[in-house]
Amino acid sequence: MSEKIISKFFDIEDSHTIEIYEKHGGYETIRKVLKQWTPEQIIEEVSNANLRGLGGAGFPAGRKWSFIPKDSPKPKYLVINADESEPGTFKDRYVIDHYTHGLFEGIMIASYAIGAHKAFIYIRGEYIRQTERLVEQIEAAYEKGYLGKGIFGSKFDLDLIVHRGAGAYICGEETALLESLEGKKGWPRMKPPFPAIEGAFHSPTIVNNVETLAYVPTIIKNGADSFANLGSERNGGLRLYSISGHVKNPGVYELPMGIPLREIIYEHAGGLENGNGIKAVIPGGSSSPILTPNEIDVNMDFDSLAAIGSMLGSAGIIVMDDSTCMVRALYVVTRFYHHESCGQCTPCREGTGWAEKILERILNGSGRPEDVDNLVEIADNIIGNTICPLGDAAALPIQSYVKKFREEFEYHVREGKCDVKGQ
Amino acid sequence: MPKITIDSTEIEVEKGTTVIQAAEQIGIDIPRYCYHPGLSIVGVCRICLVEIERMPKLQVACYTPVADGMVVHTNNEKVQQARRAVLEFLLINHPLDCPVCDQAGECWLQNFYMQHGLYDSKMVEDKVKKQKALPIGPNVMLDSERCILCTRCVRFCDEITETHELGIFNRGDHTELLPYPGQELDNKYSGNTIDICPVGALTDKDFRFRTRVWYLTETPSVCPGCSTGCNINVHHNDHRPYKAGGIRVSRLKPRYNPDVNQWWMCDEGRYGFTQVDADSRIVAPQKKTRGDWQLLSWQDAIDEIATKIKGILNKHGADAFGVILSPQMTNEGLFAAKRFFQETLEVENIDFEVVAREKGYADDFLMKADKNPNSEGAKKIGLSAVDNSGLEVAQMLADAKDNRLKALYICHHNLEKGFKKEEVKEALSKVDLVIFQGTNQNSTSNLANYCLPSASFVEKDGTFTNFAGRVQEIHKAVEPLGESKPDWTIFRNLSKRLGKSMPYFEAGDVFNALAEEVDAFKGLSYEKIGEHGVLLNGHRASTEKEMGALVA
Repeated sequence: MSEKIISKFFDIEDSHTIEIYEKHGGYETIRKVLKQWTPEQIIEEVSNANLRGLGGAGFPAGRKWSFIPKDSPKPKYLVINADESEPGTFKDRYVIDHYTHGLFEGIMIASYAIGAHKAFIYIRGEYIRQTERLVEQIEAAYEKGYLGKGIFGSKFDLDLIVHRGAGAYICGEETALLESLEGKKGWPRMKPPFPAIEGAFHSPTIVNNVETLAYVPTIIKNGADSFANLGSERNGGLRLYSISGHVKNPGVYELPMGIPLREIIYEHAGGLENGNGIKAVIPGGSSSPILTPNEIDVNMDFDSLAAIGSMLGSAGIIVMDDSTCMVRALYVVTRFYHHESCGQCTPCREGTGWAEKILERILNGSGRPEDVDNLVEIADNIIGNTICPLGDAAALPIQSYVKKFREEFEYHVREGKCDVKGQ
Repeated sequence: MPKITIDSTEIEVEKGTTVIQAAEQIGIDIPRYCYHPGLSIVGVCRICLVEIERMPKLQVACYTPVADGMVVHTNNEKVQQARRAVLEFLLINHPLDCPVCDQAGECWLQNFYMQHGLYDSKMVEDKVKKQKALPIGPNVMLDSERCILCTRCVRFCDEITETHELGIFNRGDHTELLPYPGQELDNKYSGNTIDICPVGALTDKDFRFRTRVWYLTETPSVCPGCSTGCNINVHHNDHRPYKAGGIRVSRLKPRYNPDVNQWWMCDEGRYGFTQVDADSRIVAPQKKTRGDWQLLSWQDAIDEIATKIKGILNKHGADAFGVILSPQMTNEGLFAAKRFFQETLEVENIDFEVVAREKGYADDFLMKADKNPNSEGAKKIGLSAVDNSGLEVAQMLADAKDNRLKALYICHHNLEKGFKKEEVKEALSKVDLVIFQGTNQNSTSNLANYCLPSASFVEKDGTFTNFAGRVQEIHKAVEPLGESKPDWTIFRNLSKRLGKSMPYFEAGDVFNALAEEVDAFKGLSYEKIGEHGVLLNGHRASTEKEMGALVA
């Protein structure tokens, strides 16, 4: 059994309470940090740990923190992205449910490192129970003096505020999130300026994913090297893999960065049901380009997946067995991105809906020979031409599904039906 | 200053200039929908994507600031492909109703598509249905299906009028522009949203289905609606007026002037031109005989009026003669009047100001309470009663009532706007000779003995001086209606008949004479006024600043 950091709390009863968290060494690190560490030391330690942004973009966390301008007279903000909405991804929910104060401790350390006295948790609207848990545990922390004025008896003030989203996937994009946090329509912003320079309320802001921050206390406690060594090169530590689809044991698994995908599927998730073969695997949330069975020996880290033209993203793995119709699978994914396209910029707003209509028509048996190429062209015309990555997220599946399963699309168009058994 | 290369042309530009602006400076027009120089930059339409060397993705030219050494391609294959793609995307849910769309002919979707687009649609799906022909305010109609969601109108209402009536609702291809619930687009500048709408989504209730835009001719002018003097273009239908029921002027559009109105104008001014083609226009000289109006030739009118004026002056002297000029008149009309009345007739009772009883609407943007375009000009030319130690308008009416005034020459005014109806009626009934000169009949003209037809502001050349002392030109867009003539022509003709000719053949002659004689205008010449106007002497530094603050 490999080492666990966050998930060891999953099976502990009441692990979300202060008492249980402290019983397992919780809040020792922040006390030490407030007394002995400088913000610069923390940023350096996190950088050396190779902690990457685990929301999906994989940007080195320590480097992001270092972008906060030191001489700005404006307040600084930490915003915690808990708008977990990428299909196939459900790890942050586990963190909030079971490692609540671990997350808080990470927030405290990060706030101290960037000089923020106010942190906002922007949580997905559908996470009602998790919102309640956060609010209740934040209150408990305030009562203990762990939040508010002079936390843990230090001179450092920190307020933590929970803000609920209203159900839009796009608000997981950090600048749309900031717009929404400010009370506006969740439309991504043009960049630059990046949030570190001008984020929430025109002030320097760091937006970090829940899981990213949840690893911070351990990094500071055990040292950068010890964390970095758990993972692979430039991809430090462990991460939480959400695995779902046609596997025997779907769930969240905390495993090293860089572990082969095959191992996650067959050893940890118990392989496929009924001994079925794999048809395709989404490695990192529904937006990541799909993998075929001969690609699943890839190591699950940002660089290895990028090298084979896919991405680790949110590490939300969806396994599809050989009874899956890839046309229908792509239709489901495309319908999602059409539904969630914010409507701000042209290619994504118009292209996603168009692609969905074509796919729907193919599924209904009214496909035309030119439809398959048309789909790819629509995706090509969206990709790279939009304000935010949602356009790419919609286009990448189209490109990869059609490229890797083209015969299936062509069969559908030609025969007006599916050639997959069981469909 | 950064030096950049755009399509092989090197150019040095101010730091902070965007690529789209830099390209404009060398005459390269990068297509744009959402970008408008008067509004914030949002980069949503994506039509202005250009390739910048050493950047992996195409960049929007509207938002990207220049950097030293930047090499930009605005028209290579990659850029053209992206442009075609954006146009294709914009059209998949856009109705192909150009034949019945008022925007056709001045539609940026149509124009760019003709330049860059694909001609055969690949789209066979049903289009998304949205609201059509939705009145969203007193002046504006919305066709949501035509809207390309550039958000210009939203930003106009957020940033320029700060009235926030419009918003974007829903997501994806169901995204829709609408007024916020319970709101109407009823701000005093709402017509500007129609101007800046690049497609036929927002159309003008006043213009819809009236004229195809390709029948229109555009003549630069100045709005006569208040003392701001917003620069405008008069759009007139020279080709097929019979199709528009004889309406020659179809619409007014704001014309860019960085020092006055920038890109904008108010609705009051925009829709205030209807009297130009109204039934109330005075189209020929006329006199009242036993209560009925009788048409006269100009020759007869001038003869009769000159004889009567001479008779009254001989019998009662100049003190019995009152002249009420108007700040609706051009500088040229006023100056010719000044020469005629002061020099030819030696009359001293000249005034122009009738203070309106109802104060006009004013704000801190473009609208001024003084609804006249040339009050400042009239003052500078010296036509206030105080300048001439003559009677003020009120005193003239009082004198008339007491039978001390025998002749009254009234230009353009409806005196009822400043005085009570009965007062005006009583006073004028006691004056032997009342001459009204103006464009349209009003309750004052009905009390006159003679009516002389003036050309309206779209029918003549000339200048107005705005509140800040800026002299700006109006131009003749259409021929004077009927027998009407510019005011200065009428005074020149009367003066000649009464023994003093004025060597004026066109408005510029009058202006140049004015510039020689009146201090504030010294050094100016008609030829040098230019499209954005010039400031009067003594108005330079301070007013520029004032105007800057006004339009900031």
